[in-house]
Order: sequence, then structure tokens, then C-alpha cells
Amino acid sequence: MTLTPVLSAHWDEADSYKIAGYMRNGGYTAFKKAFATGPDEIISLVKDSGLRGRGGAGFPTGLKWSFVPQGDDKPHYLVINADESEPGACKDIPLMMANPHALIEGVIIAAYAMRANHAFIYLRGEVPHVFRRVNSAIREAYAAGYLGKNIMGSGFDLEVVLHAGAGAYICGEETALLDSLEGRRGQPRLKPPFPAVAGLYASPSCVNNVETIANIPYIVNNGVDWFKSFGTEKSPGFKLFAVSGHVNRPGIYEAPLGITMRELLEHAGGVRDGHKVKFWLPGGSSVPMLTPDLLDTPLTYEDIAAAGSMLGTGTPMIFDETTSVVRAVTGWLAFYKHESCGKCTPCREGTWWLSDVLHRFEDGHGTEADLDKLIDICSQIAGRSFCALGDAAATPFPAALKYFRDEFVQATNAPANESFDPVAATVFAGATR
Amino acid sequence: MSLSESTRVQAREIISRYPQARSALLPMLHLVQAEEGYVSADGIALCAEELSLTTAEVAAVATFYTMYHRKPAGEYHVGVCINPGCGILGGDAIWEKLSSRLGIGHDEVTPDGKISLERIECQAACTHAPVMTANWEFLDNMTPESAIDVVEKLVSGKEVMSTRGPRIRTFKENELTLAGFDDGLVDEGVQADEQMLAGLKRAKELGQSAPGVKK
Ligand SMILES: Cc1cc2nc3c(=O)[nH]c(=O)nc-3n(C[C@H](O)[C@H](O)[C@H](O)COP(=O)(O)O)c2cc1C
Ligand code: SF4
Ligand code: FES
Repeated sequence: MTLTPVLSAHWDEADSYKIAGYMRNGGYTAFKKAFATGPDEIISLVKDSGLRGRGGAGFPTGLKWSFVPQGDDKPHYLVINADESEPGACKDIPLMMANPHALIEGVIIAAYAMRANHAFIYLRGEVPHVFRRVNSAIREAYAAGYLGKNIMGSGFDLEVVLHAGAGAYICGEETALLDSLEGRRGQPRLKPPFPAVAGLYASPSCVNNVETIANIPYIVNNGVDWFKSFGTEKSPGFKLFAVSGHVNRPGIYEAPLGITMRELLEHAGGVRDGHKVKFWLPGGSSVPMLTPDLLDTPLTYEDIAAAGSMLGTGTPMIFDETTSVVRAVTGWLAFYKHESCGKCTPCREGTWWLSDVLHRFEDGHGTEADLDKLIDICSQIAGRSFCALGDAAATPFPAALKYFRDEFVQATNAPANESFDPVAATVFAGATR
Repeated sequence: MSLSESTRVQAREIISRYPQARSALLPMLHLVQAEEGYVSADGIALCAEELSLTTAEVAAVATFYTMYHRKPAGEYHVGVCINPGCGILGGDAIWEKLSSRLGIGHDEVTPDGKISLERIECQAACTHAPVMTANWEFLDNMTPESAIDVVEKLVSGKEVMSTRGPRIRTFKENELTLAGFDDGLVDEGVQADEQMLAGLKRAKELGQSAPGVKK
């Protein structure tokens, strides 16, 4: 399958992040079309396009917008989830660095459709240069009259505020994000009520991912049929696939959904020379790992699910045979332990225990009974936690055990860094790139 | 150090951006760090006063987020990504080397106050592994040697460029940026680098493109 740069089509132009660069390539024409079309019609268009959220869960975007009640007297809020902190996910940050105006124009259209006069972009705090790029795009859009009061004489007002987070993965969870945006600790809220009914400031709100919203101007400009000419029926469109790990040319590859991992890997120069794929994750550490025999799986929501994993953020990580799966899983669990917000017991306590027991394996003194214990703890967390972070934390180990039980058994008497030379797995171990 | 009146003015400017004042708290805490280098008791008091909260309420928020420091960060706060995507690809080795060279561990500061170190999690830059940060600016594709080189330059006051961003400025300066005060540096650094352009370059080499997209 061929590569199809859309969002990334002009990133090689030096001013791709400026309004002049964006407009030279057709930018800021879609929102005018949208204003001429009408808000309900835009919601229908997005529904018909089949666009699914790119934040990880793949929820249909138009449907989500239609949940925001109309004709009520409450203010509505559009909130952009720019928290990108999922291990392995690295596509929203580059998108905002190189093409922030696609996001801003998408915000204008989305806010117009759901009748929101206020939009917030919640950006993780650890990316000051992306903060600069997005903030400057907002300023340029205000200066052009595309944001603010009575935009282009349409009668539609929109204020957009960029907001920096402060280091907390859980703030990517949409209700935790809303609490954080209200100036509180970022802890998830009980649902229902869902954000569409009582979100930011207890008003109807919609939380969408950066890449989701950046798709909107292109869909409005080119139409539903064009959008559906990419991808599959259940997974229409294109995707910024960020390929990382032990590959020769890691990077961003934009392609239709449905490209296989093998094709994508070939575009990325293959697994680094002299090595072979050991395991791969289709979209972040929160989805189950897969093995090389599944490289021909099309990268769609439905096919990856059938293969036993999830498309997640659509940012595949590839690890070769030099990698200790014990080291990898222990590292991811240390992450979930650190990021657990502490609100509910299964996740707060469970991630602690998982991390603790996995460290025993990394150090070479786990026991076979510990393997059962780990599975038991995972089953106590999954489905019993307050939010999806708990489920995510219970994901890496069972998948790893399924495919690499031998390696965990080996780690009952040999530390991971003896069974696997850590130097061999580094990018600076000899000529790799 | 007590906070100046101008900090209070800036705090009020932040508050004015939001429909409800309390939403300003996170950026205000970045502002406090821009002045103090950490979230000081004075800073907590200022936020509490301006937002009509108790100091306990402000402290409860400040302690939740890892970017807020309870003691002064180094002039250059250096992060090494040890999440597996980077750790395995070299981040672990970089951490060992840096930590032993500087003689400090996670969340510690060198005696001269120049460098603080943090084992950081995924920076949304795994395509650029192993990744480091200095005052949160990207330092991509690092090696143990380049890591030492960067830190030595920072210590001796030599210029260090972010691989995707501007010259590395101080911790306090960047915290002011995150509080939402323009620093004029948006045009520094590349618009996109090699990894960000990998797919576009490949598509052009193969003559592939998306239908309907202007070339
Ligand atoms: C722990 C956790 C972290 C998340 N992090 C993000 C994130 O960084 N960015 C994001 O868009 N969605 C993230 N999500 C998913 C959001 O809750 C939400 O589903 C998404 O923002 C919806 O946008 P979409 O429908 O456009 O995909 C996260 C979910 C969980 C449980
Ligand atoms: S599952 Fe974890 S992150 Fe989610 S609410 Fe419970 S403790 Fe917090
Ligand atoms: S794992 Fe280091 S940037 Fe993602």
C-alpha cells in the first residue's frame, strides 16, 4: 500500500507551521465552507465520513459531537487533548510542531458545529517548543480574523486558549484532563455523567484528540467520498503512523488505515540490519504486544483487534531479538506505577505490586509462583479499576507471558541484563543506522 | 526570596484568560517556578490569595504534578527518558553515564546548582530515541558521549542548541514560556526534522501521494 501524506504533506516546507505556509497549501478555506454549510450539516458530514478518534479508543467522532445537546442555554466547550504521553505515541507532538494550523482550523470547524464559543488546547507541559508553535498559530489566526468575535461576519465567536499541563500521564484520560483544566489534581471522574452532558465547568463538552481534529479541514474540503477512499469501511481515512524502535528509518509515515505492519516496516527501512523482529506493539504500551508472524495484519481497528491487540494510538514500536522482554515489561509497569493517580485501590496497589514483582524477574530472582501471582494481580486490576489506566497497566504482562514464558522462567535465576546484553540493544551498538 | 508585584500582575493576566479563575492554577504554578525555580511557600500563598483558595488546596495540586519542584531545580533541568522505547535503545546507558559523571541521582541537583537530573518517562519522541531534554527542550538521538558533551557545555555556559527548538535557556525562562508568556522564539529550530519527514521523503522518492492533495 502506498504512502499518502495529507496532514504531513508539506512538512518539508520551511514555513509549514506558519499561517502563510498553511494558506499557500489551501489552509483556512475549509472553515469558510463549513460556515456556509451549517453546524448540523457539518456534524452529519463528519458522521458520514466515518472518522474515528485518533486518541486511542477509536470512537466515532461525528457521533461524539452529536451527543453535545443543542438548543440548551449552557455554554459549550471544545477541549483538545494534546497531552500525548502514552509510551510509544509520538504523532500529535510532531503534528503540532510542523502543522499547528490544521489543528486550529479543525478547532474552528468543530467548535462551530457543536456551538462552542470557547476551546481549550490542553498540551502536556514538557514540550515548550510545541507550546510556542501552537500559541503562535493561535495568535496568527486571531490576527487574520479567524478567531475572536464574529468571525468573518458569521456571527460566530470563538476564543481559543492554550493551556500547559505539568507532567501527569493520567491527564490524557478525558475526565482527569477536565479536572486538571479546572485547576485540580488530575483524577478521573465517575461516568456518567459523560462530558457531553457535564464536562468542563459542568457544561456540555467534547474532548477530542489533536490528530482527530486536524483531519476535519481536509474532510470538509475534499468530502466524504474522498476520505472514504482511504482505509476500510470500519476504519476509513489515513493515519500518522509513528514507527519507532529497532528500525533503520524510524519516523512518521502517513498512510491509509489498512496498510500492513510489514509494508510500513519496509517503508521504515526494515528492522535494523542483521536483526529480526522479536515483538511489536501496534499503538502504545497499553496495547498487547504481537509477534512477527502477525506482521501482515492490516493496521485497522478491526484487524488488529482480531489479531489480539488494539490499534491504540497507531504508533508501532518494533523490538528486535536483542531486547529483553522482561526488561521492557518491567519498564512499562514502573511507568504505570508512577502514573497511577491513586484514586482507586486496584490500580494504586496493583501497579505497585506488579512493578515490585517484575523487578524481581529483572534482577533474576523471580519464582514460577510469582508468575501466577502476577497474572492474578492483573486479573484483580483489569475491569475492576476506576479508569482505563488500570486496564492498560494489566495489559503488558499477560501478553508477554503468552509469547515469552521461557524468558520469564529464565529470569528466575538469571538477571535480564545477563541473558540479554543491554549494549546490543542500543542504537549506538555498532553501526545500526 | 519574595515574589514581586509584577508576578502578581502576571498571575492576574493568566487568570483573565479563563472563564473560571481556578483554571489558571497550573499556569500560575509554572509562573511561580519561573520566578523562584520551584514551587515556594510564597508562591503557593500568592496562588491561594489570587484564587481565593487555601494554601492546602494549592499545595495539594502542586504536589500531584511531576513538573512542579518542591526544592529548587538546577539552572538546567536535564531529563533522560528511561521508558523502554528509549531506555532499551540507549537511555539506560546514558542515564548511568550522566548520573555517575555528575555524581547525582534522580531528582538531585549538583552542589553548584547548575544541573538537576530526572529519569523521565516517554516524551512523545520515541522516533528520536534515545531522547533527553534540557529544561524540556528536545535533545534527540543521544549517545552517552553526546549527553556528557551537552551537560559539560551547559555547566560551562557554552551554547547548546535543542535538536528541535531554540538554544537551551534557563529553567526559569522556559517556565515563563509555559505560563503562556511569549518569548519570541517560535521560529527557532527546524519546522520538522529527519524523522518527522521520513515518510514524506519516502513517498516522494517512490512517487507516491494522496489523491487530491496539492503537491
Ligand atoms: C490513561 C489514559 C491516557 C490517555 N492519554 C491520551 C492522550 O494523551 N491523548 C488523547 O488524545 N487521548 C488520550 N486518552 C484517551 C482519552 O481519554 C479520550 O478517549 C480521547 O482524548 C478522545 O479523543 P478522540 O475521540 O478524538 O480519540 C487517554 C486515555 C487514558 C485512559
Ligand atoms: S485506574 Fe489508576 S489512574 Fe485510574 S482512577 Fe484508578 S488509580 Fe487512578
Ligand atoms: S520512550 Fe522515550 S520518547 Fe517515547
